[in-house]
Amino acid sequence: MRFGVLQFPGSCDEVDALQAARRVGDAELIWHAERDLGGADAIVVPGGFSYGDYLRAGAIARFSPAMESVIEFARDGGLVLGICNGFQVLCEARLLPGALLPNTNLRFIFRQVDLDVVAPDTPFTRALGGLTRLSIPAKHSWGRYYADDSTLDELERRGQVVLRYTSGHNFNGSLRDIAGVSNEAGNVFGLMPHPEHAVDALTGGSTDGLTIFQSMRLAVEEGVHV
Amino acid sequence: MSEGAADPRSGTPRSSPPEARVSDNATPPTVEDALALGLTRAEYELVREHQGGRAPNQVELAMYSLLWSEHCAYKHSKKLLRTLPTEGEHVVMGPGENAGAVDVGDGLVCAFKVESHNHPSAVEPFQGAATGVGGILRDIFAIGARPIAVLDSLRFGEPSSSRSRYLLDGAVSGIAHYGNSIGVPTVGGEVYFEAPYEQNCLINAMALGLAPRERLVRSAAAGPGNVVILFGASTGRDGIGGASVLASAELGDDDSDKRPTVQVGDPFEESKLLECSLELLEAGLLVSLQDLGAAGLTSSASEMASAGRVGIDIDVSLVPLRESDMEPFEIMVSESQERMLCVVEPARVPDVLALCERFEIHGTAIGAVTDTLRMRVFDGPELVGDMPVSALVDDCPLYDLAPARSATPVYAPAPATLALDASARACLLALLASPNVASRRPLFEHYDAIVQSRTVRRPEQADAAVLAIHHPGEEVRAAGDGVDADDGPAIPALAVSIDCNGRRVAADPYRGTIAAVLECASNLACVGAEPLGTTNNLNFGNPEKPHVAWQLTESVRGLGDACRALDAPIVGGNVSLYNETSSGPIYPTPVIGMVGRLPDARNAGRLGFARAGDTVALVGPFAPSLHASELSKLRGHPLPDELPEIDVAGVRSAQFAVRGAMRVGGLSSAHDIAEGGLATALAECCLAGGLGVDVWLDSFVCDDGDGDEDDPFRTFFGEGPGGFLVSGISTGVRALGRRTHVRVIGTVCSDALSIRLGDISLSATLVELAEAHGALAELFPC
Amino acid sequence: MRARVLIRPKAGILDPQGAAVERALPALGFAGVANVHVGRLVELDVEDSSQLQSMCERLLANPLVEDYEVQLLS
Repeated sequence: MRFGVLQFPGSCDEVDALQAARRVGDAELIWHAERDLGGADAIVVPGGFSYGDYLRAGAIARFSPAMESVIEFARDGGLVLGICNGFQVLCEARLLPGALLPNTNLRFIFRQVDLDVVAPDTPFTRALGGLTRLSIPAKHSWGRYYADDSTLDELERRGQVVLRYTSGHNFNGSLRDIAGVSNEAGNVFGLMPHPEHAVDALTGGSTDGLTIFQSMRLAVEEGVHV
Repeated sequence: MSEGAADPRSGTPRSSPPEARVSDNATPPTVEDALALGLTRAEYELVREHQGGRAPNQVELAMYSLLWSEHCAYKHSKKLLRTLPTEGEHVVMGPGENAGAVDVGDGLVCAFKVESHNHPSAVEPFQGAATGVGGILRDIFAIGARPIAVLDSLRFGEPSSSRSRYLLDGAVSGIAHYGNSIGVPTVGGEVYFEAPYEQNCLINAMALGLAPRERLVRSAAAGPGNVVILFGASTGRDGIGGASVLASAELGDDDSDKRPTVQVGDPFEESKLLECSLELLEAGLLVSLQDLGAAGLTSSASEMASAGRVGIDIDVSLVPLRESDMEPFEIMVSESQERMLCVVEPARVPDVLALCERFEIHGTAIGAVTDTLRMRVFDGPELVGDMPVSALVDDCPLYDLAPARSATPVYAPAPATLALDASARACLLALLASPNVASRRPLFEHYDAIVQSRTVRRPEQADAAVLAIHHPGEEVRAAGDGVDADDGPAIPALAVSIDCNGRRVAADPYRGTIAAVLECASNLACVGAEPLGTTNNLNFGNPEKPHVAWQLTESVRGLGDACRALDAPIVGGNVSLYNETSSGPIYPTPVIGMVGRLPDARNAGRLGFARAGDTVALVGPFAPSLHASELSKLRGHPLPDELPEIDVAGVRSAQFAVRGAMRVGGLSSAHDIAEGGLATALAECCLAGGLGVDVWLDSFVCDDGDGDEDDPFRTFFGEGPGGFLVSGISTGVRALGRRTHVRVIGTVCSDALSIRLGDISLSATLVELAEAHGALAELFPC
Repeated sequence: MRARVLIRPKAGILDPQGAAVERALPALGFAGVANVHVGRLVELDVEDSSQLQSMCERLLANPLVEDYEVQLLS
């Protein structure tokens, strides 16, 4: 199982994502200027402040050569995980529906949050083993999920809402407490909290985040993309 | 290329023509200009002597005035600082470099330092604090270490002041913006609110980094003929402000925005600069490296030359500029951020420039190392400044202080907010809600404390931050699929704390400073760490005033004695003086930062109670006093004339005992008793653990207990170094008695705090404690 | 040719920056302020002004959540 973790100028958590992925399989960094995804079975678009969040978070990163390859990869059914800034990049690239806006209170907040698993049978959640609630750190100032009402209704109807903030844990104002969504085909998934920071009991407060990487490996091994 | 300067492209020194004339830059500056720049008449005359009897020109005067400023030259503090202990078995790099460093095992060193950015932050708190973080991070990677953590130490006036709230909000946002964006976690810190800081806020930032020992680099320039390369952001007019008296052109009123005093930071640029610098060092391409901080190119180039006992030629026409029409003195004095200076052998110059380009940052050869022992500034072919390096850097006059204790109180007491007859319970809730004690969560939630995946103890989880030295993932991969094996190899870690109670130092500069150092080490002990080294930022008022000179002298004496007693030498630090206005000086505030090591992060201590039924004990010297305590502040009492004597040896033994017990997993929790005393510490342990506690005290719990004579409030709320609150299974707790005084005082229970002493009892539910403790939330409105 | 692009949050989407400014102005003594929205300004020299709309659609604005207005300055 080989993960490719993108790296943009200004990425912060790409090394954390790399190390989390390495607990589950092989993983390499892919520099934003590279088109070659190195034969990765799954791509992780990590957190940070790619291009300084200039203009809009993720707006510039989505046009990098690596992202162009990722868009093709996703269209072919490859697994793509977007974390925090990565989620923003995937929305800007229109691989995921909706948009991320500044937190309602306009502040950066770092907090360990509880997430309800709404869709337990996706390539990103299938190895949760009965876990219905995840404890994962979130840290961002630009994480309010937005889509118009009809889109939100569609997402819910089609099971594309994968994770919701548990009641009282939504600090950014995301509509319908949405913390993570997938595309219609189910092979692209983005979330604002950081599962790569919840893979080790000593530093993560929990190991719940590891289950997301494990799910991806399971999906690849079973040949289930889309 | 200029006539006299060494050629930066090839490094070939050219012989300078005899009598290279320094251009006059139109009308030469006057003595009045020198005074406006902060030099004294006597200093100006000394400058003239160093310049061979002639008046310094524009460039020269600008450079001397900066390098001879208090900030750069430590005129009033250097002699005192020389008395501090700086050597120790773990010290790899001591004071004098960009940062200090200690050996942490496995071939690695930890670089660390604290610095202040007080004055700029009072002008613009967001950028002042942000660039303060940027600057201290550069100091860390300038010696070759990768920054792994930041801590902040802040002081403002009381939160009732809207200006103080504004400064707090700006500073926290600025620190968050810079640290979060560059991907370095902010893992700890402290903030105090006291009236003496109202006009002079304090923004101190500490950073630590890790490096393989071989990658450590010094700043001394070396090798006449070597090339000086400037890399990073382009140069603009940031920070020039005060030097604008030297401008050749007349400035109209609408030109004031051309000479900003505020430096603006770009963490995105610094992130690239960091990677580029470390890559340059890894590739062995650099002879030396220095960051540009206060006084920009002036201090950077001069200090590199001085350290290496060489000369340096700089051609300002080669410096990449952000603004047009910058004069040579402006280029030399600019404090534009995110820039570094390095010395490179001529043959390696193309590699260095290519690497800079790969990281998308400017890299430009702007000068050369010479053997002239002079700092020469060229503007193309024209020599515009020529000064002896030693005069600039080493021969600034140093001043003796004339310390004299003030006969009358210097600081007014805070207005009383708590009645003298308030009940113990009311006092506890008031203390928990007071700005110096309440939870800092509304503040530290702005900080990413976990990026880089090293953080084992986050803010409010323990008395010190704990960071794994190696990424935990590296250990675990060997163990197998996502397993965090308890029987796996030990995970060595660093612990770090930053502390100072300025009010206690104001009461007694000698003992108050010792207390600050002890507290820092006690915080480390609570997580199981042993101190390796210390850094300090001395924030004081005007040293030319006798009582401030007395504060500074006594404080440094205490700092030295405490560091010697704890074997925690000073590896570097910073001094910030003149923090005062017509309403008086700040509290003397020697901020102490300490780094320690613990052998296994899996046993890192926590401050919260862990289990109902655990035994709770008070450990170590405990001679609490209400003098200079938080309670006495709330009651409106003035500062005492001195603090009680400290049993340093006793505190040291207690630290040893707690540390040792924590390392073997013998305790569930440990917390140092500080502001608010024993009752407050108990409440904090309850809140952190989500559990209650049942405590019975008698007044003999105090080492100097008087029995019936005692004021129970002294026992509950008195302060003083040395006391620890620990919890755990009974045998584990009592085992500490081999090394230090242990008094079992109660048991952890489920949901309420209850403390009894004779007839007096106080109790509160967790909900009530939490509500009081959350008082700072209103300072950060949404 | 110099162009100016004004980017605004779409009506109906919560604009906390606008709300914050709307609260702050009266606190400074300015009465009668309402309906504040905060957006972004991009100014650029372009050779072919017909490309501006495409620039807005693809990069300068996020059409899902933002409206944009192009002004050609002489």
